[in-house]
Amino acid sequence: MKKGSGLSVYAILYLIFLYAPILILPVFAFNDSQVVAFPLKGFTTQWFGEMWADANLRSALFRSLVIALCTASLATILGLFAARASVRYNFPGKTPAMGLIMLPMVLPDIVIAMALLIVLLSLSVPLSMLTIIMGHVLLCMPFAVAILTSAFQSLDKSLEEAALDLGETRAATFRLIILPLVMPGIIASFLICFTISIDEFVLANFLGSGKPVLSVYIFGQFRFPAKVPSMLALGTILVLFSIILLGFAEYMRRRGIAKAGGKDSGGFL
Amino acid sequence: MAATPSSEVRSGLKLISPPVFYAILMLAAPLATVLIYSVMTGEKGAVSLPLTLDNYYELFTKPIYRALMWRSLMVSFFVTLATVLLAYPVAYFVSFHVNPSRKSLWLFLITIPFWTSYIIRVSLWRTILGYDGILDSVVMGLGLSDTQPNILSNGVLSIIITLAHAYAPFAVLPIFVSLEKVDRSLLEAGQDLGESRWMTFLRVTLPLSLPGVIAAVLIVFIPTVGDYVTPELIGGGRTPMIANLMETQMLKQRDQAMGSAIAVAAMTIVALISIAFVLWNRRFLGGRK
Repeated sequence: MKKGSGLSVYAILYLIFLYAPILILPVFAFNDSQVVAFPLKGFTTQWFGEMWADANLRSALFRSLVIALCTASLATILGLFAARASVRYNFPGKTPAMGLIMLPMVLPDIVIAMALLIVLLSLSVPLSMLTIIMGHVLLCMPFAVAILTSAFQSLDKSLEEAALDLGETRAATFRLIILPLVMPGIIASFLICFTISIDEFVLANFLGSGKPVLSVYIFGQFRFPAKVPSMLALGTILVLFSIILLGFAEYMRRRGIAKAGGKDSGGFL
Repeated sequence: MAATPSSEVRSGLKLISPPVFYAILMLAAPLATVLIYSVMTGEKGAVSLPLTLDNYYELFTKPIYRALMWRSLMVSFFVTLATVLLAYPVAYFVSFHVNPSRKSLWLFLITIPFWTSYIIRVSLWRTILGYDGILDSVVMGLGLSDTQPNILSNGVLSIIITLAHAYAPFAVLPIFVSLEKVDRSLLEAGQDLGESRWMTFLRVTLPLSLPGVIAAVLIVFIPTVGDYVTPELIGGGRTPMIANLMETQMLKQRDQAMGSAIAVAAMTIVALISIAFVLWNRRFLGGRK
């Protein structure tokens, strides 16, 4: 490890750089001053109280949660179809079909948002939570497909064939054999899509009506310096929450791969 | 029991149709609409015939469009350069020096910041870099400088720092994947034949990991050109990039045709640069073999 020591110091510095803003969050969320700068003034939970007393924030949070739940369910279901088709079957047009489904991963959000917006406007569809969900499902589907594809890939095809040979119908085989084995992948996909949807700003901003969701609300509040500390308090809670969700998603994903007897090949992406 | 090929094709098509139908309706059709709108005449929230190339003509002749496209490309270029250079040693460290059982943990640690509240992270950079903000208070407090650095006043630099931070994990992952594929026995062979560790790295590991580097470059470069949030929050609207211009045209000027033309032109330019980059590297890679 002699040669690796310089590199490991660098790697740890890199992690500190990555985490610096997140670590700063709680420091100033508990700081008894409206000015977000050193030196620290003292400990307070005032900002958390102020944040929780904000009725607009609570309703924005509620809208975000509803949108994220719907998005995660729909994107995971559509992802299941696509992942199963791409792993298990060969059919003409597979490459362009999968390419189209994965395209939102590389397109800038603003292009997707503007394209959807002009179509919705020209069809005079009123903007609402539903239109945000429509956009978010599109955005989350590639992530669901990526996670579920690796879940299906680690599945042993002979298990399925054995069930069919023993007289089970295709539907029963899917329900009794395949679904339980890919369940951890399904949960991981649901959690990741949920996190992406809560976090997403551009589509939520342009496809939504006047009533803001959480990310749009936060974006607006950061313009007022007096509101920044309570936004940092909110950020502290959100970051903690998403780390817990992601930790659980990662745990499920690994368990799923281990359950199906596969080898772990790395992270989510 | 084995399914006949035709029934397999049918099952596959049946399965893929719901997600593909959704993607066609929500993505392919809107993108096609943008393409058509871009060659129409737009005014006050509506578009009309006849078909025209005026939007594109204006795009290429008016200096404001060229300036913002150039700024977006420059910002993306520096963000990509910074993220890939900073990420390579980390990916190398995780692939070559971390115990295999710990690799997923490291990757998980690297990806977590990417998943946590984008808006809050970007906004935080504003409070970190701003006048009398966190960085200024640290620099002044430690007596490193007599004046506040106030990096935020330099819009482009602030945007580059923020984006480089936001996209860091994107660069680590593909490089790591390609380093994992490097056959370790090749390295031993190189050293057995008397190459130094450094030369082995330059002549074996680095060329073999270039596909990952190329993927990392594209993964960071493509979305950063079209980033909307960072210029809006960090630059406070004073340092717009091409995505902000697109939004201004579409919503504030209500010229959907011009907005569409900007979208098409920007995407085309990004696609051409990406293709040129890949081709250039393919030749380069071929020459090494």
